[in-house]
Amino acid sequence: MAAVKSSGRAAVNRLAVVGVIIATLIFLAPIYWIASTAFKPRALATTVPPTVLFQPEITSFIKLFVKRVQMNKAVDPATYAAAPWWEQRIMDNGERVLRTGDNVQLSGYPSRFMNSLIIAITSTVLAVGMGTFTAYGFSRFRVKGEADLLFFILSTRMLPPIVVAIPMFLMYRAVGLTDTHIGLIILYIAFNLSFSVWLMKGFMDEIPKEYEEAALVDGYTRMQAFFKIVLPEAATGIAATAVFCFITAWNEYAFALIMTNRRAQTAPPFIPSQLGSGLPDWTVIAAGTFLFLLPVAIFTFALRGHLLRGVTFGAIRK
Amino acid sequence: MAEIVLSNVQKFFGTVQVIRDLNLTIADREFVVLLGPSGCGKTTTLRAIAGLEDITSGEIRIDGKPVQDLEASERDIAFVFQLYALYPHLTVFENIAFPLRAAGGARADVEREVNAVARALDIGHFLGKRPSALSGGDMQRVAIGRALVRRPKAILMDEPIGALDAKLREDMRTELKRLHIENKATSVYVTHDQVEAMSLADRIVVMSEGVLQQVGTPIEVYQNPANLFVAQFIGSPVMNISDAKLETEGGQAKVRLGNASEAFGVPVTLPRAIEASGRGDGGLSLGIRPEGVIVAHQPGEGLVPLEAHVIEPLGAYDIVDLKVGSGVLRARTVSGFVGKPGDTVFARLDENQTHFFDTRSGQSLGVRLGA
Repeated sequence: MAAVKSSGRAAVNRLAVVGVIIATLIFLAPIYWIASTAFKPRALATTVPPTVLFQPEITSFIKLFVKRVQMNKAVDPATYAAAPWWEQRIMDNGERVLRTGDNVQLSGYPSRFMNSLIIAITSTVLAVGMGTFTAYGFSRFRVKGEADLLFFILSTRMLPPIVVAIPMFLMYRAVGLTDTHIGLIILYIAFNLSFSVWLMKGFMDEIPKEYEEAALVDGYTRMQAFFKIVLPEAATGIAATAVFCFITAWNEYAFALIMTNRRAQTAPPFIPSQLGSGLPDWTVIAAGTFLFLLPVAIFTFALRGHLLRGVTFGAIRK
Repeated sequence: MAEIVLSNVQKFFGTVQVIRDLNLTIADREFVVLLGPSGCGKTTTLRAIAGLEDITSGEIRIDGKPVQDLEASERDIAFVFQLYALYPHLTVFENIAFPLRAAGGARADVEREVNAVARALDIGHFLGKRPSALSGGDMQRVAIGRALVRRPKAILMDEPIGALDAKLREDMRTELKRLHIENKATSVYVTHDQVEAMSLADRIVVMSEGVLQQVGTPIEVYQNPANLFVAQFIGSPVMNISDAKLETEGGQAKVRLGNASEAFGVPVTLPRAIEASGRGDGGLSLGIRPEGVIVAHQPGEGLVPLEAHVIEPLGAYDIVDLKVGSGVLRARTVSGFVGKPGDTVFARLDENQTHFFDTRSGQSLGVRLGA
């Protein structure tokens, strides 16, 4: 009887594993597509049917990082021989690297990538930090009109952000915030703050107030109790909130496209702009996209332990 | 160690008054138990002493110094929570060391103090573990260790063993008593369990609806309850309380319980004593604990025949419900004394154990017969 039951359960388990594998493959397919295209020779990038077996190369990544122009005549063999290996890869494609003096001119990608990092990290840190403090206040103190205030905070998410894009642009232009890092950072904090407050409030409510009270009677001030007791207890919530805020800020496209064009432009609006001139080089776009995916993947992977605990939060006996 | 004095303490939550004009002095090194049903204000009182709750008015003094406006961290008081409140991200050692670190103790001192407390509580073997790896009893030992380690002026405990199972609760009760004997720390202990209160307390403070009902040693509150509330709250099984009418005929005094057909004999001095007390205008209630109802198999002088109803065998003794009019009188008998429901037994009231109360005000008349 028991054996029948357990073998039945094992069958269900095997089915579940198969299901998970299929789902994972479906979710990973686009990522595989991007990654494989990034390493393909340009000629194989757009073949029909798609090429599956090929000799991987990193030419597209070299192209991604340097500024280059189409050559109108074949390359001089002496110049080719003198060039470093990576420049030869570009010359193979009938292009040459632009230089100022002896320095290679970089493409727009590295600076856009840096902009993305600066803006996403700064806005995430601030949004999560402010959200944590606000949530703590709402969770622990009697706030007059608490329900109304929380609803007001939530209501900032009820409008599709793009609806306010034009007025925001006009305001930003008037105060000189267009194409600035600080401008996008403020914008992304505004997007994420309500989310951060609500998520963190849920986590804060789960932390028994006796922990702080114990610290208070043990001789700590409320501020010390917050940093020594509440923050470590809220780590799971902070990690989960940070991942979500980071992804939102990192992937944001519409406002970045409208508000920035050069100095503070982030990667999302930049990558497709490379489609524009001449024949699109899909391998370069794929390389740019592939690199763009990495920070979120690394960040999420680094915090995965906290995220898993975040999902099961409340089920743990305190 | 310190004396704690509460003077005219009042506390409102919004418009609800949870502590009414509370005056209480807890002596240095005393173990005081605040006892009452849930919602009686005992926990709020404890939290007010600790500084976790502001009071609306009144004064709290610790060692003569008013503390009601001080933060909890400035009162030098330890608090043991019902659900332990051990910091989950710290080891047992760090949990106990936490209060010492606030005071900025040197590393070697901290280690020595923690180890000393760990030895006293026999928790030395899991100092390196996280609280989540411990059983409920061990967690509470650690929480008590955290309270003791700093040698605070007083230790406040809010139902510290209420979440444990019955067997463990008994062990911990003994252990708390031992710790208090060894440490002599001024202790205030909140519970709704009268057995805990009786066994632990030097003095019991009975509270109900934010009002202090009686303060006294366990024996005092048991033997001389100040009012009907205390009479019924303390003691298990509960004291019998019944409306009573005094009757005098032919130089004999009798007390009739409720609408019973038979009356119990009482000393002839009783009517005079009740009159002398100047109370009892609100009607008379008689209270008697089950052990004060004396039953016999044979009729005799002063014995009233009563029909047994429900019999609860409790091992060491039985509790028998005797029908008195439309009410019942619960008697404590030796095991198996009454054979079966419906049997007739003969009972009298032990005059030394009768209590009289004013029905309307609930106050004791302070009339004791015999002794």
